[in-house]
Amino acid sequence: MPEDSIFETKGVKKNFMFVCNKAPYGTIYALEALEMIMISAAFEQHAVIVFIDDGVFQIKKGHNTKSTGMKNFSPTFGVVSMEKEDADEDDEIDMVWRIVVEKESIEARGLSEEDLVLETEVLSSGELSDLMAKQDVILTS
Amino acid sequence: MRILNVVNKSPFERNCLESCLRLANSGSSILLIEDGVYAALGNTAKSTLIKNDQKNLGFYVLINDLDARGLSEAPMIDSISRVDYDGFVDLVVDHDSIHSWL
Repeated sequence: MPEDSIFETKGVKKNFMFVCNKAPYGTIYALEALEMIMISAAFEQHAVIVFIDDGVFQIKKGHNTKSTGMKNFSPTFGVVSMEKEDADEDDEIDMVWRIVVEKESIEARGLSEEDLVLETEVLSSGELSDLMAKQDVILTS
Repeated sequence: MRILNVVNKSPFERNCLESCLRLANSGSSILLIEDGVYAALGNTAKSTLIKNDQKNLGFYVLINDLDARGLSEAPMIDSISRVDYDGFVDLVVDHDSIHSWL
């Protein structure tokens, strides 16, 4: 394989689903998922970003990590929002992004849409299940 | 589209299997590997998770991980098929995509 073709991504376009299912800060998974999401934007890929289970705590408003000495990555979700808006509004960008939370997961944790830093689509398990079946690649982290 | 859902965590420690069962499409498959194989046992407090499946899912468990944990002779849930590494590969080939429930 010629060396210059190893990272040939031109024209490669897939439907990615990123399933965020873990609480922030306790482990590195949430931050790593966010990295994957931002990288998928750099490669202009279609993405559905899903928050289920304790993953919904990642986008809870009002994180303040100052006294724990950990990086507060909550503001990065603002960048995710901006990427989605750019993709929605700019015809030059061939990228469709959706941000989804599972209804059952937020309800089980006493949260509602107003508690979240992102504007999200709230889908039931059944609706989310159907959406999952339409993806090319599903990554849970 | 048929998804092969791979679960590698014990149902006693984590809720991956429960989430997987909640979100799996009917007709898709679930393969239990590593600590996920504990969910295949037929006489535990978590056996009902798989026994009560209403979605007609296909259930598989990796023999090698059962053996490693001393579970080859343990009572298994009837609806679960045992596969070895070759069977694992066949499952991967037979499905459209893979979802690892980390």
